[in-house]
Formats: sequence, structure tokens, C-alpha cells
Amino acid sequence: MAAITLTINNELIGARQGQTILDVARERGIDIPTLCHLEGLEEVGGCRLCLVELQGSPRPVPACVTKAAEGMEITTHSDKLVEYRKMLVELLLAERTHTCSICVQNGNCELQTLAAKLGIDHVRFDYLHQQLPMDASRERFALDHNRCVLCLRCVRVCDAVEGAHTWDVRGRGSTSRIVADLDRPWGGSTSCTDCGKCVQLCPTGALFRKGATVGEMIKERGFLNRILERRRLAAQRRSA
Amino acid sequence: MSRIRLATAWLGGCSGCHMSFLDLGEQLVALSGSIEMVYGPLVDAKQVPDDVDVALIEGAVANMENLELLQEMRHKSKLLISFGDCAITGNVTSLRNFFSVDDLLTAVYQAGPGSIPRSDEDGAVLPELLPRVLPLHQVVEVDAFIPGCPPEPERILAAITAIMEGRPVQLNEDQRTFG
Amino acid sequence: MNWVELVELAESVVARQQVCRLRLLVCCGTPCMAAGAEAVVVALKEKLAELGDPADLELVSTGCQGPCSRGPLLTVQRPGQPELIWQKTTPELALAIVEAALQQEPLPEQDRLPEDWPFFTRQTRLVLANSGRIDPESLEQYIGLGGYDSLAQVLIDMAPDEVCSGVVRSGLRGRGGGGYPTGLKWQLVHKENGPRKFVVANGDEGDPGAYMDRSLMESDPHRILEGMAIAGYAVGAEQGYIYVRGEYPLAAQRLRNAIKDAEKAGLLGSRVLDSSFSFRIDIRIGAGAFVCGEETALLASIMGKRGQPRIRPPYPAEAGLWDCPTLINNVETFGNIPSIFKIGPEAFSAIGHGKSRGTKVFALCGEVVNNGLIEVPMGISLREIVFDIGGGLANGAAFKAAQTGGPSGGCISAGQLDTPVDYENLQALGSIMGSGGLIVMGQQSCMVDVARFFMEFCLDESCGKCVPCRTGTVEIYRLLSRICNGSATNRDLQHLEQLCRMMKDTSLCGLGAAAPNPVLSTLRWFRHEYEAHVEERRCPAGVCSMHELPVHLLGEQLLQRIAASRSDGEGF
Repeated sequence: MAAITLTINNELIGARQGQTILDVARERGIDIPTLCHLEGLEEVGGCRLCLVELQGSPRPVPACVTKAAEGMEITTHSDKLVEYRKMLVELLLAERTHTCSICVQNGNCELQTLAAKLGIDHVRFDYLHQQLPMDASRERFALDHNRCVLCLRCVRVCDAVEGAHTWDVRGRGSTSRIVADLDRPWGGSTSCTDCGKCVQLCPTGALFRKGATVGEMIKERGFLNRILERRRLAAQRRSA
Repeated sequence: MSRIRLATAWLGGCSGCHMSFLDLGEQLVALSGSIEMVYGPLVDAKQVPDDVDVALIEGAVANMENLELLQEMRHKSKLLISFGDCAITGNVTSLRNFFSVDDLLTAVYQAGPGSIPRSDEDGAVLPELLPRVLPLHQVVEVDAFIPGCPPEPERILAAITAIMEGRPVQLNEDQRTFG
Repeated sequence: MNWVELVELAESVVARQQVCRLRLLVCCGTPCMAAGAEAVVVALKEKLAELGDPADLELVSTGCQGPCSRGPLLTVQRPGQPELIWQKTTPELALAIVEAALQQEPLPEQDRLPEDWPFFTRQTRLVLANSGRIDPESLEQYIGLGGYDSLAQVLIDMAPDEVCSGVVRSGLRGRGGGGYPTGLKWQLVHKENGPRKFVVANGDEGDPGAYMDRSLMESDPHRILEGMAIAGYAVGAEQGYIYVRGEYPLAAQRLRNAIKDAEKAGLLGSRVLDSSFSFRIDIRIGAGAFVCGEETALLASIMGKRGQPRIRPPYPAEAGLWDCPTLINNVETFGNIPSIFKIGPEAFSAIGHGKSRGTKVFALCGEVVNNGLIEVPMGISLREIVFDIGGGLANGAAFKAAQTGGPSGGCISAGQLDTPVDYENLQALGSIMGSGGLIVMGQQSCMVDVARFFMEFCLDESCGKCVPCRTGTVEIYRLLSRICNGSATNRDLQHLEQLCRMMKDTSLCGLGAAAPNPVLSTLRWFRHEYEAHVEERRCPAGVCSMHELPVHLLGEQLLQRIAASRSDGEGF
């Protein structure tokens, strides 16, 4: 692959053609926060946390989908970006009722960690207190819409990796909601295989295992790349 | 050097943050040399003194009494700190924001068992509930935040130490998680 | 049909019209229909039947003639005489006009619009050249006014890249609001290599108060088809789609009929005008999502997916429908194409101002006297539009603001009335050209309330994919509501500005990025109104209720209430 050179935070960095700005930055240990992004899943670009400033672009660009290109000049942590990221996570905290103290994911939550990392010690905006239902109709798992950040990891992994496409989204704007099988209770879903991939990838306590204590709610994400790697190898074998 | 005049207040919350303060244990003895408790549930003062250095406010603003006490504390304190998740986010106290005040009172006091309590006396019996439970910073200027439900004693100590050393209260990453 | 037959048909249509003693054009656009145009048509039809339907009397039900608030409109054409137009036509008036015309007597003056009425004389009609002058259901009448001649010329005389460069030379820019140079887009798609390419017309007009695209589709559907066919030839596409807003069934029906007629006549379909170029057009109907007016969301919707924008690049020109190179333009942009090749790219680019060439169609509405659909040269001042064409505000009221670009646009204040209207100037004023909605407001409008209206619209229409738009619209709407009900503080005002700037910079698609414009532009030109709401708890226009208190004042209110009840001897 062709080598390219770009500048990130005033430092000249070599990269390979086809890498995203996020890939390049992470390889160099530059920490760009992300939420909807997860290696192995198709990108959405919806959380906007990975926005970086690109010289010549009128608006910040998402690092997760923007390909690194020769001569790019990128800033990952300007005052403005830091402030925007804070506001975005504040908006997420205000949108649904994330009350950490009574959450199954307390202590193992990506949103909680992200907020602390970005320096959020309070939320400037109105908590919306939307009253959303909880779907505990599945035997082993449950879905609490009040904790959902609509990152769509569950939708993507279920569709592209498990192949079941149980999850999708209904409604639009702030009334968007994750639904199983054309909006029926998860317990009645015939497409769901109970594989639990969505639960493992959910960054918050929206999807969780029933019957586990808060201390046990550690999510394991390594399986995703293991599966994808094995599939890649299998495909190679088949074609060989 | 004169001691820091510290006041605390307990608004719409469970008092867990005050308990956590007490959990500082013997460190409280060490702190007593530099801190004077001038008001709050832990001391016997009947009125908020006029010259408070630091106010630690636990709980969210849920009713008129909370509102008035908070405004008085703000007025009389140099530094006002939101103490714990209820003060910062509304936390459990604000879960009643799912309902309107009327629906809530009806469900709890009229539709439920038992006799209906006295009412209609303009706040003379129980303080009137605000339409929505609010975090402190949506009501008054707040100078610093100590998140946690409750904030661990270490967080409280870190904040107090910063104040004693004349630094701004800014907890580090692992000490500022909610919950 | 080949070019010779096309020319012959056009000539015969013109010849037939020229021998008409009297041509009666009744506007059957939606506003005129609402005002009773149908009764006029029925009365005239009966009258003509009574006279034995003579060949030299013609009655035409046309599309929109323009001054919509004055309907039903009746245009009368007589050979050798100036064309005359009546407003608020009743069946009685229409019959009186016919009687008088047939008797060679002077026509009634009642409700006749002056011949030098600025509403008409100040316009330059290219895209709307045929609107209100032909029956939109008649292919012949379109051909009679030179329709499909541009397509024929292009197919015979020009190579595809010459067509693209012709559009470049015309200086035409996207009329959907973005203002991207159309010719450049065509060239991009032309240069792409793909097994298939597509041409898409965006007719998903959704801005409150805007109806330019609907009117064009309803009044002159063939113009859009012709523009798309020329585009298809230029970029190398054989399939086009018109995406019509679901709430526009008449537009969809007219387009469907037009496609059928054009295919029958060999002007669309395989071997267009006996050339080697084939081009089919299909209609796709929207399902009521404003966001589907955004190009990537629209393409997703055509492909049967959830109508949500995606990140660009890749742009549709590289990977659009089914990942094939796709040219997507607004219907008004396509409507300009036949005119460009009719008058020549140079003549087209001679009209206009700065980097904005040609004309723009506006739906002029609000408190202005003459509501309606207008087409003006780029560079005309807002003052000319509002006061000359629009006739000023009703009852001589003072002008306060003009809103352009709908929920993505902004408000322009009286101080900017003399700015020439073009893409760059409107943007510099914090608004946008937009698709052409233009709402005029007088002193009775509260600008905070207006901003809140548009934010509520965006809140409703946000697709929910990205955080800043999905949640930002809700929070901004709440802040604006607080300002309007009297419970806002200076802190709220500060947060409002912070959120708007953040949303503008971070939203995924153009809709989210532009959604704060109504707030930011009113903050810029009418900041004093926001401050009056917040600091003095007063709505200068008297619109907002201001019935609530900021939370920090609630305590005082309670004390006053208790004191009052005590002095009344109530309570205790």
C-alpha cells in the first residue's frame, strides 16, 4: 500500500493509503474519543465525538470515516473541539435518563467513562426525562431504552456479523428507538438467536444480561475481531 | 490563619453524601484544625451565618424550601459546591420529573391507602413542590462539583484539600465519574 | 418523432393558436382552485358549448400564473391586442368578458390587473416561461412554446461534454439552495466510469411556505423531463428518477402523464427523437420526511432504505444510487436547462449578479400584499421584491424582516433590504438562498417566536442519526420556549448560542448544520428582542405570553402570594 505523509497536531506522521484519520492517530497513541465507532463494524459517523479539524475544511470532519490523505493538516484537540465533545456527551447524558447510580452498568459504562475523561462534572442542558419503556421480555437479556445512546452498534453487529438483523430503528429524531423484529417485544422475536453480541457491544446499560450483579456487568468486546478474523481466514481457504 | 468556615445543606436527597462526609472518619479530626463547621445537619446552628466560606450542598432542588435555602446559601457563601449526584444531575430525586406534580400527588396521597393529608394552605404544611426537580446549577451559580452517589470520602477530601491549598476544585478523571 | 416532425408540430400548434379570436387561460393552480377557479372553467366551458365549440375560441386550464392571493386569475389573449389579466374572477365576470370580447366591445375594467403591473413587469420568467400559459396536461402546447427543441438541438448538434461545458458557461448553480455549480457536477458525473449512471430530480420540497417546485411540477412538467433528458445525455445516464414529495399527488400525477405522453411521442424512452440516446424516467414518491430532501437521504429512500443522510464523501457523483455515479439536481435546476440551450449559455449568464447567474423562483408570502410565485433575476434587491413586486406590506405596515431558505435559512432585517439577492450575499447575512421560500414579516412578528417555530420544525424532522441534530434541536427548542414564556435567564441565552454554534459545526448533514440558522440570524439582527424577553421579561411584538417566572424568582412569587392570601383573611 502506498505510503503517505500527513501532519497531526503539528507532527509529521507516515501512514498507509486507505487508513482513516482515526486509525493513523490511534497507531500513534493520539487519543481521539469515539462512541459509535467500533473496530469491525461498519461506520455510522453519528456520535460526532471523533471530529477533528482539517486545514482547508470549513467544518470539522469525522476521523472515523475520513481517509488520511497526503499533506493533510489535522488538529485533534483544539479548544473548540474539546468544548464540542463535552457538549455532545452532555447532550447524550441529558437526552435519556442515564442516572448512573441506579444503572446495571455503573462502573463499566463507556458513556460514564467518556464523560469523566472529557472533564464533564455537570450537564449544562435540561434533562429531558423522556419516559421510555423497558423490554425485559427476553429470557436472558433485557433492553432499557432509557439508557440507549442510539449508537447503533447492536443494529450493525446483529445485521453484519450475526446475520439476524433483529434490531433496527423506528421513529426519527429524538423519538428514534431501537426495535426488535418490526417493533415487537424482544421476547417474541423469532429472528433473534440469543447470541448476545449486541449486549456485549452496547456501550451503556441499555442492553444487559439478566440476573447479573452490577459487579459482573463487564462486557467482553474481543470476540468481534476474533470472529471477523476467522471468517476472513475461512474465506481465504475457500478461495484457495 | 483563620479556619475555613464550612456550611453544608441537605436539599432533595437521601443524606448519603453527608454520611460519606462522616466516613472521612478520623481525618475529620485532622481537618478540624483548619475547618470550622458553621451550619448544616451535622451541627447545631439554627441559622445560616452571613459569612460562609464554603458551602457543600447535597440534594436537588425539589421544593420551595430547597429553593429558598439554596438561594440563602448562595447569597451568604463565597464558594458553593454541588455535593453529590442529586445536586449535580437531579439523580434519583429527579425521577419524579417523569410525572406532573398533580398526577404524582394524586397517585401518592389520594389514590393510595390511608387518609388524605391536609393541604391547600399555601405551603404552610409542607413546602410546595416545584414543577420539576432541578440540579443546583440550573438555579444558582455553582463554583465546583463533586460527583458521585455518594461521592467517596476520597473525593470529598480531594476537594477540601484543594480549597485549603487555595486551588480551584477540579477533581481528576477517576474521581469525577457520576454514579 | 424526429426533429423535423417536432418542428412541424410546433409550427402547426402556433398556427392554430394564431387564428384564435379569443384564448381564455384560466389559472388552475392549487390556490386559484381553492378560490373557485373550477366554477369559472365550468361556466366558460358551458358558454363555449353553447356557441358550438368554435375552433377559434380556446379555453385553457393552465398551471400557476403567479399572483396567488388574487385568484382565480383569468388571462385573455386576442390577436393583435395586449394580453389582459383579471383577478378574483367569478363565473359572471368571466362570462361578461367573453360576451364583450365576442361583441368587439370594451372589456370590463372591474378587477382587471393593470398592464404595467410591477408584479409582472419586474419579473424575468425563464423557468416559469410556460407556467400559466399552457395546459400542463398537454404535450402539444408545451411543444408549441418550443418545448423539447433544446433536447433535439443538444442531441443533434452537441457532444455530451459540450453540453456539460454549456451548462458550466451558463453559470447555473443548484437551485435547491446549496448553490453548487451545476455544470461542474455534470462534468464530474460525465467523467465517472460506471456500468450505469443515474439522473435524479429532487422534488421533495418541504420548507414551510415554499411551493416553487410543486408549482413547477404541476404547471410545466415537461420542462423538467426535458431538462433531465438533456442531463441524461450529457452525463451518460439512461435512467432518471423524479423524487416527488408525498404530499404532492397532483404534481406526481401530472409528471406521470407527461412521461407517458413523452414516451408515446418518442421524446423519452428508447431512441429519443430517433437518435441513439435512450432515457427512461420513473417517479418515486416520498413518505413525508423532510430530511429526504437531503441528497444522500433521498437516494437511500429511492433504494428502499431508511431515509437518512450518510456522510459524504463519497458524493453521489461518484457513488450514488446502487453505488453508481448519480447526478442529482433540484427540479428547478432541471427547469433551467431547456432555457439555457434555448437562449444560449452566454445569454443565460448575461442575466444575474456576481457569481449567481440566471433567475430564481421565489414563493413570496407572509404579510406582503401580493402573495405568489415570482421569478426574478439574481441580484435584484430584497426591497424590489418586497415593495415593487410584492406591493409592500398589507395596510402599509412597516417591514420588519424577511425569512429566506425556510428552516435552513435566516431572517434579514430592514437594514439589509438593499442588498442584491444572490447566494453569497444571503449567506453573508446569515441566511441562505435556499429553495426559494420568502416570508415577509411586519412589526407584529416576534423574532424569537419565529426562530422557535423553525426550530420546532427541525426538531420534528431531525432524522436522529447524529447527536447534535437529534438532541441539539430539542434542547435549543426548550431554551427558545423558555425565552418565549418568560422563564429564561441570561445563562439560557448563553447556552442557546453555544448550542447553535456547536450544531452548525458538528452536524452530520446539511439540514442539521443549517438548522440553527434561524436562531443565529435573529440573534444577529434582532438581539435586542431576545434581551427584552430575558432581561425585561417583555415581548416587544406582544406575541409571547411571558406567563412564567425564572426559577430564581419563584420564591418571591410564593411569598407575595402568601402575603396576599393573609391580607385577604384567607388561610390560617
